[in-house]
Amino acid sequence: MVFIEIGLILFGLGLLARLSERIGLSPIPAYLIVGLAFGSGGFIGPSLSTEFLDVAAEIGVVLLLFTLGLEYTPRELSHGLRTNAASGLVDLLLNATPGVLLALVLGWSIPTAVLLGGITYISSSGVVAKVLRDLQRLGNRETPVILSILVIEDLVMALYLPVVAVMIAGSDLQAGALAVTIALAIAGLLLIVAIRYGHRISRAMNSKSDESLLLGVVGLTLVIAGIAQELDVSAAVGAFLVGISLSGPVQERASSLIEPLRDLFAGIFFVLFAFRIDPTSMPPVLLPALILAVIGIMTKMATGWLAGRRHGFAPRARIRAGTALVARGEFSIVIAGLSVGTAIDPRLLPLTATYVLILAVSGPVLTRFADNLSGVFTRGR
Amino acid sequence: MADVQETHLPGIGVRFDFPTSTGTRVGVLIHKTGRRELLVYRHDDPDECAISVDLDNDEARTLAEMLGASRIIEQLDNLRQEVEGLLIDWITIDENSEWANRTLSDAAVHTQTGVSIVAIVTANGSIAAPGANDVLRPGTTVVAVGIAEGIRNLTARLRIN
Repeated sequence: MVFIEIGLILFGLGLLARLSERIGLSPIPAYLIVGLAFGSGGFIGPSLSTEFLDVAAEIGVVLLLFTLGLEYTPRELSHGLRTNAASGLVDLLLNATPGVLLALVLGWSIPTAVLLGGITYISSSGVVAKVLRDLQRLGNRETPVILSILVIEDLVMALYLPVVAVMIAGSDLQAGALAVTIALAIAGLLLIVAIRYGHRISRAMNSKSDESLLLGVVGLTLVIAGIAQELDVSAAVGAFLVGISLSGPVQERASSLIEPLRDLFAGIFFVLFAFRIDPTSMPPVLLPALILAVIGIMTKMATGWLAGRRHGFAPRARIRAGTALVARGEFSIVIAGLSVGTAIDPRLLPLTATYVLILAVSGPVLTRFADNLSGVFTRGR
Repeated sequence: MADVQETHLPGIGVRFDFPTSTGTRVGVLIHKTGRRELLVYRHDDPDECAISVDLDNDEARTLAEMLGASRIIEQLDNLRQEVEGLLIDWITIDENSEWANRTLSDAAVHTQTGVSIVAIVTANGSIAAPGANDVLRPGTTVVAVGIAEGIRNLTARLRIN
């Protein structure tokens, strides 16, 4: 029975991924819809044993962050940080603030507000990279700026996740502050190790056989993620840092080997996330989600506009940069997923799902028509 | 050499691009995977790519060879070789130039210019080491060896400019 259920879910996901691919959208919204339809309060309800799926979903998050770290070499990280630090800061302030403020206005707790700030802040690097590729914009002059902003967002995540992990554990202020400091110190230490000794780790991991490389790299990632989790630094950050430390030939081969694995487990993670959400809990949060989405579009466009102006781009390129950044996706869900089983307001999950559904779909569409959009703007003047 | 700009694209690769003299920006994006992308930017919006062509390794090499080959032909066109301060040049004789239809001794080429004519290339074959009585016929090409000053001098008497 377990086989049939998991099989049917995966088969359904496969069909949906194909459909999304055909219409040029990220499959994430489709995964969420499947999860909503079949999960608690949905058409079928949770009948299957979820212990296996729980672990699979956690592995999905670990692999998501690992492959994200794998994308970048330490040099690219420091270069992105140096050249676009100001734009990265603008991005953080403009986009995290609305989430934090809305949570406070709704009377939610401080940790919930910090989570919602992260959810509204972080763009989906997966969706953005795919859109840029599909629209053949990789050669465009605004593209390096967009990518640098994404790089900075990911670095911020590396510091944000440990802090959040401590905050939602719900310890008192003093112990919390100490724990946050320790968590940040460990994350910082790991980051330095990853950057300093990355090439040695890469050389040690390199192996001629695909099999041994795959097992070795996944094993190392899970071990470091697990240790990070034991130290309360968040497993995802450990995995991200392992990804960063790998470079050169190992990096290329590992990414082609592990990406299919990631797609499988991350797919389960997205569905399981939506499984937990009762679809009837979504209409009450629709209004705040819509408000956040509209603000989220405007703040990302402002981010792109300002970053583009710093580089002297024409308005068309600035609007392309801003709209490209609008899409939110996997990381907003990862952040919201941290709240499962804690004292965080349960309305955060449906709110995030609605928010991501809106922006993961409208972001790519907006940027596709960015040039028409700038036409409207310039004519209006 | 054109002013090539190098830009790193985190997670994707490196891009090189430069503006041509006609104002079009062209470039190449080298993906980490080794895939190449040929880029041509729009005239009215130099930030945006008008054309991007995916090239695999083989296609990229072919394109590079095609572009490189035309440059070699260009260079062959006005070939001049310099040997230890001496120039070798090919000069085609014009119809009404000063020395047209004279013999080498008549024109006193060597005394006047200090240049040696080592061969005369005609449509019917070449005369290697031409003698004093060989004629500087219009339309033929002389191969001359000498210092730059002398070659200039000879060129002035064999061509009309």
